[in-house]
Amino acid sequence: MGRFLTKRILNMIPLLILATMLSFTIMRLAPGGPENLLLGAEANATMDPERMAELRKSWGLDDPIPVQYLRWVKNIAVGDFGNSYFYRKPVGEVIAAALPNTLQLNVIALFLIYGIAIPLGVISAVKQYSKTDYVVTGLAFAGQAAPTFWVAMMLIWGVAMNSGGMIPTNGIATPGINLETYGWLSVLADRAKYMILPLTVIVFSGLTGLTRYMRSSMVEVLKEDYIRTARSKGLAQKLVVFKHALRNAMLPIVAISGGLLSSMVGGSVIVETIFSWPGLGRVGFDAVIQRDYNVVMAIMVMSSVLTLIGFLLVDIAYVWIDPRIKYD
Amino acid sequence: MALPEKKQETALDPGMAPKETTQLQQIGRRFFRNKTAVVGAFVLLILYSIALLAPVLASEPLEFLNIPNRFQLPSWAHPFGTDNLGRDVLSRMIWGSRISLSVGFVAMGMAVTIGTLVGAIAGFYGGTWIDLLLMRIAEAIDIIPVFFLLITIVAVLPKSAYNIMIIIGITSWPGLAQIVRSQFLSLRQRDYTEASRAMGARDSRLIFRHILPNAAGPIIVSATLRIGSAILAESSLSFLGIGTPPPAISWGQMLNSSRAFLKQAPWTMVWPGLAIFLVVICFNFVGDGLRDALDPKMKR
Repeated sequence: MGRFLTKRILNMIPLLILATMLSFTIMRLAPGGPENLLLGAEANATMDPERMAELRKSWGLDDPIPVQYLRWVKNIAVGDFGNSYFYRKPVGEVIAAALPNTLQLNVIALFLIYGIAIPLGVISAVKQYSKTDYVVTGLAFAGQAAPTFWVAMMLIWGVAMNSGGMIPTNGIATPGINLETYGWLSVLADRAKYMILPLTVIVFSGLTGLTRYMRSSMVEVLKEDYIRTARSKGLAQKLVVFKHALRNAMLPIVAISGGLLSSMVGGSVIVETIFSWPGLGRVGFDAVIQRDYNVVMAIMVMSSVLTLIGFLLVDIAYVWIDPRIKYD
Repeated sequence: MALPEKKQETALDPGMAPKETTQLQQIGRRFFRNKTAVVGAFVLLILYSIALLAPVLASEPLEFLNIPNRFQLPSWAHPFGTDNLGRDVLSRMIWGSRISLSVGFVAMGMAVTIGTLVGAIAGFYGGTWIDLLLMRIAEAIDIIPVFFLLITIVAVLPKSAYNIMIIIGITSWPGLAQIVRSQFLSLRQRDYTEASRAMGARDSRLIFRHILPNAAGPIIVSATLRIGSAILAESSLSFLGIGTPPPAISWGQMLNSSRAFLKQAPWTMVWPGLAIFLVVICFNFVGDGLRDALDPKMKR
């Protein structure tokens, strides 16, 4: 196991290098550099070629691209992602302010997604071709086809607008409600209120794919010989399903979970934009629009690292779930 | 030599022998037995016909304004109401279907071409440095969140309806390449590949004439399922305001402009969204039907 893990981690290095090259190249494809943004705040400053040249020099934008790339990689290796052109702050600070909000939403969503998808998939598989199964698979199909932003707008229109202001659609908390004057209960209730809609949207869209996977994996496992053996021994249905079948059916679910983190970063762009949730997705989208190179590249690199860690955890989880799997 | 003889036998006794069917007929039969897939294919056929006939069916020309007529409730004259600039929503949706329905095929075509080529080469030369290199590139693209990659490239490059479709295709090939590669890895060891290699066939002939046709099933299935995700990707981009640029119309773009008028005119939001939903779910039905039809092992 130890040797396997070292090998896996070493294998990640070329991938990460490729990912950084990719992120860097894409941002440099853009015609027109960030200097327009930097000087945009001052009147007529963009018209002054001398100031532009000075600025390009001080930000190191005149160096050859490979030199710029190497400098950037050298800095991120020690955790320095440079400065944001737009916020005029270190990228680390910009991300540190946004990341907790995204995590808060997505960690709760993850628990809900797995907590709902796995039982739903199991029930659907055990009662294959029953009414319950048709309803579950139907909903799963619907959830996969419905655009997230449309689901969000339908909820805003159908639920929030009819709630008489009970369910907010913008932001993360009511300004002024804080721990000192209101106590933790009111603060918690307030936060929960703001979370209802974004959470519903994320869970609904994340749930569906996983439920379908869980169902088909469970259906396959239930056809196996050892399940028939377990049944013929006279074991209770519950025991057969949850002890014998579920564990084996979980393997494909674990396999696709590695990429989930990364797809959540992508998905939060839309959800956070609609609900004005001050998280990484929105910061990332704004940075893309503003050509805030350093922020965009930092988010790409960080998500890549997260995904790689996700894949590694998947490999470790395999061994834990299925003792038959051994890495050299 | 045994085969023609057998045929003669069945010809002598047509009532007894099972009717011979080609593989294609069997696949077709299995597909048509799947009700949801057939309904999906039928609905798509209708929607694509509508898109083709847009100039005839749309009640208003592409670039039309009638501001005094804004926010009309759905009525006989405007079945889906009018939007903030007084344009008929149904008419705009019919025009918009041309972009929204093309996206799927153009993007999928790009992804399939690149994904198949890369996957085929990597799989055929599996284990060599070229396989290693190609797969590392595919993985590197794969570990960056796709949607984030997409908005970045789209925001950086010049915008046009077709550029958007191509970019969606370019960012979505890695998954397909991995599927094709694993097919090639197993098929290149089959006897028929060995046989034709022994007869002196060149690599390109082995790849395109012998292995690729046998790997077609999984490629077709995942291509069909990808059409739906490409349509969703375009609508998401357009919804964020960085997708299909006006005056071209796409359903996602209609949803983007409906956002500000959710209260006054919810119908401008409901219908285009429903259209996207319908198209994507139909493609997914057809894709699932194709998978079951092409892979008899999967059958109930």
